[in-house]
Amino acid sequence: MVCNICAKNQATVHLTEIIDDQITELHLCEECAQKKGAQMESHFGLSDLLAGLADLGTQFNKTKTDAKLKCPKCGLTYEDFKKVGRLGCGECYTAFKEALVPLLKRIHGSTQHYGKSPKKIAKAVKAKNELQDLKEKLQEAIQKEDFEEAAKLRDKIREKERP
Amino acid sequence: MTLDDLLNNTGEWIRCTGPVCDIVMSSRVRLARNLANYPFSHWASKKEQETILGTAKESILSIKKLKDSLFVEIGKLDPIDKQFLVERHLMSKEHMIDAENKGLCVGQDEVISIMINEEDHLRMQVMKSGFNLKEAWQIINDIDTELGNLLDFAYSVDFGYLTACPTNAGTGMRASVMLHLPSLVMTKQIGKVLQAITKLSLTARGLYGEGTEASGNFFQISNQVSLGHKEEDIIDNIDRIIKQIVGHEQSARETLLSQNREALEDRIWRAYGTLKSAHIITSTETIDLLSLVRLGVDLGVIKQLDRTLINELFVITQPAHLQKLEKKKLGPNQRDVKRAEIIRERIGKQ
Repeated sequence: MVCNICAKNQATVHLTEIIDDQITELHLCEECAQKKGAQMESHFGLSDLLAGLADLGTQFNKTKTDAKLKCPKCGLTYEDFKKVGRLGCGECYTAFKEALVPLLKRIHGSTQHYGKSPKKIAKAVKAKNELQDLKEKLQEAIQKEDFEEAAKLRDKIREKERP
Repeated sequence: MTLDDLLNNTGEWIRCTGPVCDIVMSSRVRLARNLANYPFSHWASKKEQETILGTAKESILSIKKLKDSLFVEIGKLDPIDKQFLVERHLMSKEHMIDAENKGLCVGQDEVISIMINEEDHLRMQVMKSGFNLKEAWQIINDIDTELGNLLDFAYSVDFGYLTACPTNAGTGMRASVMLHLPSLVMTKQIGKVLQAITKLSLTARGLYGEGTEASGNFFQISNQVSLGHKEEDIIDNIDRIIKQIVGHEQSARETLLSQNREALEDRIWRAYGTLKSAHIITSTETIDLLSLVRLGVDLGVIKQLDRTLINELFVITQPAHLQKLEKKKLGPNQRDVKRAEIIRERIGKQ
């Protein structure tokens, strides 16, 4: 196949452009592809930068964060994310956690949220923590063979676990 | 309230009532939120977007502070009206594109505005006059708390509020101030200032946010990082840095006045003269000249104008505003004539 632009050299670069649902395929030689590449750089935006970062984040363990990785809830693949720089739904954060943690670290210098939480969730988080505390205390009591205390704790846990 | 009511009123920030409003035009805090059970706007189906729009609208309008708001569906607006809302800083440029199922809510005095189905399901902002991030945060925080009681927001204990783009995750907050820094530009110190800002994980942008050029010596400075710090700490950090920049601008103004008074006054009065007399004027020239005149008013060189008028002129001389005022479509050349006419008329009145 010869190059679509110069019509002289052998085409070695194959480019598919989609603009407003119009698909154009280009087959180019090295030289013309480089010229075309220079034109394309002007489209460079935030999502490209992010996409670059998204790749960096995973280069250390490429096998695990394969591009085929897919969010079970919304169907977005990690490859889609790398292309558009946007995730598909809240669940994506769990589905791509391994790849996102290094990315978030790179962007924000942190991977743990401090700050506001929705009231509804704040209550749930607090309740979850309290329950965890009680369960730990129960284990301690059992180990110490303090069965009276253990019985009290068991009742409290039951109380909290009741829907 | 209708769109045309906006045209006849001025937003709170234009009235220049806030602290340090000679240098800080406005303070803005925005929060990004998504509904937990739907894909993010760009990944949602038309049907889902419609549901998100409906659900969000109902909850927003049930909040006491917002019940008399203006609510518009962007897809139903003509291009001039969309542009008009962008020019008033009530919505982003991105919100104009693929406008189906996108909504906008504008509260009293244009202090609160909420975009629906932008990059995130909800993008809410509060804009206050002058240097007043703390109050802006208080207002938006209250609204967010109320909305959070009505809607299930996508949230994780690790990553905080979940957003379409990971750059906004965590607090989902972007706090920014619009600064007018003509003296730092004139004394060529602005480069250093902007460079220093990026090192402190802040970012500087032009008049209309991301991807826009700085014009008229206006710089919008905001936090880059949204995850890993409490909202109050992020705001406190910006607050401290802005205070320093304001200080630098003030001393640059003093230096210019003491060392170069005549040259500075000459530039200011020439700008005033052009605005007062021009019959054809482009928007770029208008912004540059208004910036100089604003400096003139700040320095007490021009006494016959007030800042509110200048702020208002910045807003109403933009293309969509001119066409709304004229009630018809105007080509670029017609706009330049109309713009000059409005400026002459308003400045002449004072």
